[in-house]
Amino acid sequence: MKGLSLFLGCLIPNRYPGIELATKLCLAKMDIDCSDLPGASCCPAPGVFLSFDKTSWLTLASRNIVLSEEMDRDVLTICNGCFSTLADANHTIQKDEKAKEDVNAHLKKIGREVKGNIDVRHIIEYLYQEYGPEMISSFVERPLDIRIAVHYGCHLIKPTKDRGLGNSERPVFFDELITALGSTSVDYPDKMACCGAGGGVRSAMKEKSLRMTEAKLAKIQEANVDCIVNSCPFCHMQLDSGQDDIKELTGTEFEIPVLHYTQILGLALGFPAEMLGIDTSVEKNRKLMELLDSQVES
Amino acid sequence: MNEISRENINIKEQLKEASSSVLRCMQCGVCSSSCPSGRHTSLNIRKLVKIAGKDPDILKSEELWMCTTCYNCQERCPRGIDIVETILKIRSISAHQDIILPEHRAVCQMLLKYGHAVPINDNYKRKRTDIGLEELPETVHKYKDSLNEVKKLLASCGFQRFVEEDLNENQNKETSL
Repeated sequence: MKGLSLFLGCLIPNRYPGIELATKLCLAKMDIDCSDLPGASCCPAPGVFLSFDKTSWLTLASRNIVLSEEMDRDVLTICNGCFSTLADANHTIQKDEKAKEDVNAHLKKIGREVKGNIDVRHIIEYLYQEYGPEMISSFVERPLDIRIAVHYGCHLIKPTKDRGLGNSERPVFFDELITALGSTSVDYPDKMACCGAGGGVRSAMKEKSLRMTEAKLAKIQEANVDCIVNSCPFCHMQLDSGQDDIKELTGTEFEIPVLHYTQILGLALGFPAEMLGIDTSVEKNRKLMELLDSQVES
Repeated sequence: MNEISRENINIKEQLKEASSSVLRCMQCGVCSSSCPSGRHTSLNIRKLVKIAGKDPDILKSEELWMCTTCYNCQERCPRGIDIVETILKIRSISAHQDIILPEHRAVCQMLLKYGHAVPINDNYKRKRTDIGLEELPETVHKYKDSLNEVKKLLASCGFQRFVEEDLNENQNKETSL
């Protein structure tokens, strides 16, 4: 198996740096060979850019892939959107000789050439398939006895014909990675529903996107969980800062903490919340940390 | 034949080509009943599938942009229609006709200027250093040569056509995808 290069994307380094740090800390602690990917750009995002122009989308994605090819490393993504773009672009390069030629005609202008000889991974499927829940459990220093609503997000698993991670109606791999930390993955209605942000809807029609988010959050609240865990910073933003937007828009208050998987994994591996970008000055996060602290004491 | 009617025929052909898989549609409505957006917006994906490939008015439809590309409809379609992929192709035809929402143009501007759809700002530079990360991430933000490569590639693909002339107008506006 090749080593990995960490593809950051946009939202994680530029809006949620805590998730970047949490990822690096977890990978280092688990002794996973993962380097930086200097000079990478936006993946580019599937919603807006693939909608507009497939050539630009494929060319820019291919440049990001080339950077990792040149290091002879597989790409590791920590965002469902980046995974969707880079995995789909990589498949296109590997399967469609004509598309590869066209892209290389553009890449030649910057002195690069895409070969299609590496894989694109997402941290959730990577940890599940290469390590598995049992081995993840063996790394846990601080079991987290809490109730978690898992949010897979759409592009981690769909379209299923391209992802190859099984059926999208009732997947279990992400839930098993939660159970591995000593937590309970709580089932809830519309668990596989979209957060509402994708496809360029959030950027152009924020209110409409938030109505979908509100519906999902209401179902999660009924399930009486301690937090939501996701695998994508775009879902993360929609479900987390979306709670503030919804409060302003409709007056509905949720107060549900939202964590990226690398943050909850980081807590279980023994890192303090501050190192993982979990803002404990926010009341809902502080309560979650108090709950976890009370478990250590008891 | 004048230019406009030639263009119209061309558009119809493009739509037809983009929508070949929808010919299998039997209008069962599984797509609409699976659509998270349709529960809260005016998007009726069954109707869009019905007119895809036939009616050029679809290019002006606001509903075309209400799809979050969650793929529920495509996964559940009993006739195996590539619904989301069809929507994406029709969106592209629309964008190439310069039918583009201003917020989406702004996102394109960010990519063209910074190589990131969501670029960093001073507030988040500080948040990075506060937790012990470098001020700038290991991306095009840190490496000017890399940003120039991105700009060269986008120019090579003709991407600037999706961006309004006045690059400065939206440069301070917060964008998210």
